[in-house]
Amino acid sequence: MAEVLLQANQVAKHFGGVKALRDVSLSINKGEVYGLIGPNGAGKTTFFNCMTGLYVPDGGGFTFDGAPLIADAPHQAAERGIARTFQNIRLFGNMTALENVMVGRHVRTRAGVLGAMFQNAATRAEEAAIRQRATDLLHYVRIEDRADDLAKNLSYGDQRRLEIARALATEPKLLCLDEPAAGMNATETEELRDLIEGIRADGTTILLIEHDVKLVMGLCDRVAVLDYGALVIEDVPAVVQKDQRVIEAYLGA
Amino acid sequence: MKKWLNPRSAFGISLIAIALIALPFVAAMGGQAWVRIVNFAILYVFLALGLNIVVGFAGLLDLGYIAFYAVGAYAYALLASPHFGLHLPFWVILPIGALLACVFGVLLGSPTLKLRGDYLAIVTLGFGEIVRIFMNNLNAPVNITNGPQGITLIDPVAFGDFKFSGTTQIFGFALSGPQKYYYLLVVLSILVIIINLRLQNSRIGRAWQAIREDEIAAKAVGINTRNVKLLAFAMGASFGGVAGGVFAAMQGFVSPESFSLIESVMILAMVVLGGMGHIPGVILGAVLLSVLPEVLRYGVGPLQMAVFGKMLVDPESLRMLVFGLALVLVMRFKPAGLWPSPERKRELTGEA
Repeated sequence: MAEVLLQANQVAKHFGGVKALRDVSLSINKGEVYGLIGPNGAGKTTFFNCMTGLYVPDGGGFTFDGAPLIADAPHQAAERGIARTFQNIRLFGNMTALENVMVGRHVRTRAGVLGAMFQNAATRAEEAAIRQRATDLLHYVRIEDRADDLAKNLSYGDQRRLEIARALATEPKLLCLDEPAAGMNATETEELRDLIEGIRADGTTILLIEHDVKLVMGLCDRVAVLDYGALVIEDVPAVVQKDQRVIEAYLGA
Repeated sequence: MKKWLNPRSAFGISLIAIALIALPFVAAMGGQAWVRIVNFAILYVFLALGLNIVVGFAGLLDLGYIAFYAVGAYAYALLASPHFGLHLPFWVILPIGALLACVFGVLLGSPTLKLRGDYLAIVTLGFGEIVRIFMNNLNAPVNITNGPQGITLIDPVAFGDFKFSGTTQIFGFALSGPQKYYYLLVVLSILVIIINLRLQNSRIGRAWQAIREDEIAAKAVGINTRNVKLLAFAMGASFGGVAGGVFAAMQGFVSPESFSLIESVMILAMVVLGGMGHIPGVILGAVLLSVLPEVLRYGVGPLQMAVFGKMLVDPESLRMLVFGLALVLVMRFKPAGLWPSPERKRELTGEA
């Protein structure tokens, strides 16, 4: 039995009368790529937002790496080791690509105002380490030649990569990607797939929300399907693909 | 450290240094009033750089910044004047003033954490007015601030026997009071410029900019936005407090009148007009906006006499008219500010 990294226990969330999540329970094992799919409006991103602390669930909760996650504390989720990207890319547009990744190091570094003012040896060493790590990560996602460009001037595909680099900078145990292949062409999707494979090979667990069924089925170890806020099935891709309820949810039969 | 060895920058720095040292003597040729105008320009540079942390770096629109200046000024006035009979030395009060302003900064910051943009501007505007009105009314039942009359006979800055008021002879030079304050202000401003530059390229500075750019993304990468925002308010406020202390000592007199809303607006205008978040731009904005009204005050009258041979318009009202027109023109033709950071300029002009 694989070790569980994230356990969702009957997570519920509603917006007014709309039940976005109905008692969703699922578990993500260490080291796997876990896919979360479902039609538009099924509650995938809501689930993400609850998990990363942007929303407070109305019921249930999460256990991460052996301890409960505190709701409504996004920065603590990041500190515990959950990093995410956004469906609509959210970069720091007027900062350079390198600075974006350097911000990602915030949660793993300590320097404060006094350190910045007096530039003591420890602060300077930490700053150099931040810069070095950020440069390495830009290399890792292969956009090192755009390091000094403003994030908003990067191409769409590069922005996606930059967001992943920024998330990796927080040294996550669980990396959550919200539709990373949206708007990408076949070549870009293929490159993304290689990137995700590489991140998994480095030992990071990945939660992937995606519409590209081919990508999900080829990449994921296990897949969960949400429909109308409820979990339909959680299994290996081969089983999910053949499940009658999943086919109905997608085709609206 | 390599850049200091570069002969060109070394030459540039020495030129600037000579200009800064010579400036009060040049200004004094036009009378001590001009030295005071230069002093206020530098004081505004100091204030604008403090506000730049809050507005330029962290993107929090603060319209009540003058309140912290007021807190610093009154802290100095109360602790170094006959009003309470206290005469603490300058270097003791300045940190107290900074700390007190810092506390007020957190006090303003904490209830406004969830507000942004216009809403934050309205609350901070109210805060600025509250502080001023308190200063105006805290003379009864216990007389703390002496109300609208203000506090007079405030001690000048002094290091031992060396007082910053009155004229002293040094190496055959006669240094007037304002000239001595000038050098004090320049030293303080260089310090605040260095602090600003260092903060900008630090872990905290990047966190501020991240919050300015996208608060949700900033939270998602693990920035504790509450604490980091409070830190921005506290840092900005302490600079305001120090500036207030120097102001009180330099003037020898404080009253609530000096801390009106228009002052907050002026400092904000300096930051925006110069180039938000860009330190050289903010300095330029502060110098121009504090000197321009004075130049107009002295220049408009004689100019009219020369051109028309008589006074057509009252110089005092024409002054503010020209000033307002200048602001409008700058915003029309240089929307990113007079000297914006290269990135922001590209954004607003659409150049690649």
